[in-house]
Amino acid sequence: MSDIILETRDLTKHYGGVHALEGANFTLRKGEHVAIMGDNGAGKSTFVRQITGVEQRTRGEVIFDGKPVNFAGPLDAREAGIETVFQTLALADALDVPDNLFLGREKTKFDWLGPFRILDYKSMRNDTLAALTKTGVKIPNIRNTIQNMSGGQRQCVAIARTATFHSKLTIMDEPTAALGVQETAQVENIIRTLKEQGEPLILISHNMRQVFDLVDRIVVFRRGRICANLRKEDTDGQDVVAYITGAKTQPEYADAA
Amino acid sequence: MADTTHGTGGLTFDKSKRAWPNEINVFGALVLIVLIFEGLGFALMGQSFLFDSNGRFDSIFNEQRLRIIILQVAIIGIIAIGSTQVIILGGIDLSPGSIVGVTAMVAMSFAQVAEVNGYPNPKALFGPAFMDLPVIVPIVVAILCGLAAGLVNGLLIAYTRIPPFIATLGMMVAARGAAKWWSKGQPISFPTDSYAAIGAGMKPVIWFVLLAILFHFILKFTIYGKHTYAIGSNEDAARMSGISVDRHKVLVYTIAGILAAFAAVVLSSKNLTAQAGMGVMYELDAIAMTVIGGVSLSGGRGSIVGTVLGALIFGVIISGFTFLRLDAYYQEMVKGVIIVGAVVLDQWRQRRSAARM
Repeated sequence: MSDIILETRDLTKHYGGVHALEGANFTLRKGEHVAIMGDNGAGKSTFVRQITGVEQRTRGEVIFDGKPVNFAGPLDAREAGIETVFQTLALADALDVPDNLFLGREKTKFDWLGPFRILDYKSMRNDTLAALTKTGVKIPNIRNTIQNMSGGQRQCVAIARTATFHSKLTIMDEPTAALGVQETAQVENIIRTLKEQGEPLILISHNMRQVFDLVDRIVVFRRGRICANLRKEDTDGQDVVAYITGAKTQPEYADAA
Repeated sequence: MADTTHGTGGLTFDKSKRAWPNEINVFGALVLIVLIFEGLGFALMGQSFLFDSNGRFDSIFNEQRLRIIILQVAIIGIIAIGSTQVIILGGIDLSPGSIVGVTAMVAMSFAQVAEVNGYPNPKALFGPAFMDLPVIVPIVVAILCGLAAGLVNGLLIAYTRIPPFIATLGMMVAARGAAKWWSKGQPISFPTDSYAAIGAGMKPVIWFVLLAILFHFILKFTIYGKHTYAIGSNEDAARMSGISVDRHKVLVYTIAGILAAFAAVVLSSKNLTAQAGMGVMYELDAIAMTVIGGVSLSGGRGSIVGTVLGALIFGVIISGFTFLRLDAYYQEMVKGVIIVGAVVLDQWRQRRSAARM
């Protein structure tokens, strides 16, 4: 058994004639935090959508936890252990924090009642408090509905959701794009907590400071192809920008240019 | 209306800053409307609206009027329990009135007596009629009727992706046609005694209350309820979270159909007859009750308690106008104003709660 949690081989997605993603070879080791960077439309989100089963890939292979996988939908991916925080938050506004944390996998009693089985509110509340403590998320009142929360609190709920369920891999698509300074710091703290717990992470971000603070490795996408794979120690912000803009391309990805 | 500016404050937990339940606003509106009628009653009629002002009853209340208020909304209230769930889900159901029509006809023809005053039942000659069956037969037939109609609504909405408005509008027209076709436009009367007992006296109120309690519990404490709110609140999030949204929609519309069918049984039993025109406009009254009760037409918010209060407001207004001896025309005009007013207030409240953030 290798220590590779996720590997993609020649992962490709065409939307009609648009080659949104072309031949992406990517590996992620257990416990590793990797950032995916690139300009708008470089294929970052497309790449994530193929892995998480939101879309079906045109070509290529995804190997997760040692096995080739073929997720029919995001639920399959989640059941296999891939938790995703989407760019558009998948939260139900009218529900409170425990409801959202357990959305789609509620704890229930009297399961013979089928669709009318009884919710185990108490247990879900306790688990929620435990999860928020574990991730260091501060939410004043978990009984409040999401619509009454700030953007940062919402994002924290979304992230706490992924952290609650002992995922094998967490993917975050620009988790701090819409947040203020303090809220961003809170989200980054959660990411550090995940790192300490040895949970692997793919982070899509435009924030150079954040990326250098948080991850071990940076993979750069350009025009649907991977153009660089950089260890944090071997690079700096200017270097990464050069790869993003196309001023530089690593020799092994030369055909991408 | 009461103030609702309580929300999350700073970063401290404060129970007093919990959101004010909307049902309290609706209850406040109910009390306010009752007080208006009390005031108008003393000013114009010289008597109390809800209280016993001339010693006709043993209690302090005008029991007769209270009974009428709840009795006249009970049957539409049963439909409104279904509409509440559909609207919380983010949908709309225009078909229950017509489902009442067709179900009342079909159920009634399965509940016929063989002999009326010593003569054979005329329906034996002219219309579809099944004589002297145990009362469970028409009830089961009615529920199957409602189930089928609701199932078709749900399947159309979930799997052809046409808007609920269109799907249920189709059902509304088609079911009304089926109601007329069933007995070629003729009314059906002469039910068995056991069928007539279902909706006799104050029984409709008992059914309404029992069903309201049952569905209040289901919406608050079961996974069915949670998913209904989740889908109405954010359908994409529900789908991404792995809730089988389509299957759940079918279930909710089917339950709404069954509730409409049960309302048809109670109504035809109470009236001792069924006609193809039964239940016309009931769907709109039911929607009005839910909307007045604070159920948001954009989905995700509302409760059965709100709808019950909305139904009571409805009943109070109708009774109040009768009490003041005002024409029914005014009733309908004011009803219209209140429906629109309730939605305007709801939107205004939502905008204000969004602006707080």
